[in-house]
Amino acid sequence: MNNLKFRFVAVPSMVAGMILFGGGEAWAMHIMEGFLPPSWSLFWTAVSLPFFVLGFRSMRKIVADNPRMKLLLAMVGAFAFVLSSLKIPSVTGSCSHPTGVGLGAIMFGPSVMSVLGAIVLLFQALLLAHGGLTTLGANLFSMGIAGPFVSYGIYKLADGMKAPRSMAVFLGAALGDLVTYVVTSLQLAAAFPSTTGGFAAAMFKFLGIFAVTQVPLAVSEGILTVMVYNTIRSYAGETMFSSATLSGEVK
Amino acid sequence: MMKKSILKNLLLAALVIALAVVPLMTLKHAEFGGADGQAEEAITELQPSYEPWFAPFWEPPGGEVESLLFALQAALGAGVLGYGLGFLRASREPSGEAQV
Repeated sequence: MNNLKFRFVAVPSMVAGMILFGGGEAWAMHIMEGFLPPSWSLFWTAVSLPFFVLGFRSMRKIVADNPRMKLLLAMVGAFAFVLSSLKIPSVTGSCSHPTGVGLGAIMFGPSVMSVLGAIVLLFQALLLAHGGLTTLGANLFSMGIAGPFVSYGIYKLADGMKAPRSMAVFLGAALGDLVTYVVTSLQLAAAFPSTTGGFAAAMFKFLGIFAVTQVPLAVSEGILTVMVYNTIRSYAGETMFSSATLSGEVK
Repeated sequence: MMKKSILKNLLLAALVIALAVVPLMTLKHAEFGGADGQAEEAITELQPSYEPWFAPFWEPPGGEVESLLFALQAALGAGVLGYGLGFLRASREPSGEAQV
């Protein structure tokens, strides 16, 4: 598979990635540069790497099977950019933003999002001082792997239980969003256990910061994902759409 | 058919807006800062001796530049998404549905 084809997907994502917003106040989902001890940085990088490779192969296969999928892949990437630019006020009196990775996970299977997520995170880290290179592996695991896999799993589960499709998409996207932040809390708690209360106390603290803020945003993300999913589905036509959905692809 | 889905989307959009506006209306004195700043504080509390061992190469200079990048991000993402939707819609095989 040549890089040319892949570039059609990567370029829109990258261009948008280059222009991701800066500033340090709203990216709740990223662990900031340098805020993870070196051993943990390495650990999460090692965990994320195989998923990234899988995602890359999955993406190549999708495009090779049907070149028209490049457009849909670019669109799910773009959706993640739009959603992550929406800083939304929450019930805790602070702001956070959705992730936008659920849509792609539901349409193409979860591993694709590890590549799109990595592109987003890399450019943010390099150009916008968001997240960081040293925390890239950890951030990729929460946003590009754990979140999408949960989105996809929940969607499949709900769909298998004959839930209405919109409901399945909503649940998948909303819960994937929440899980991203739970994983971030877990990563931070593992790296910075409380001297008095250990891991649990630290986990509780980080969850209080991240997860509670995220609850209404997860609902928003679920709703927005349903809207875009339904629109793409009706415009793409069933033949194209059903070939996009890689039902068998849980790796 | 088309009308129904537009109405549904409008309702859903209203719900998203409500979810964002309600905290603004009810929490009059909140600052609505970001959650990762709080995480930084929490780390400092948990392990006061921790020093970040790496710093970003570049940061956007100031809030205005930041909001410029931020608006561009949203615009680009929306542009790609909108282009894609338009392309799909135009290239769809005409089905029983009238092209609006």
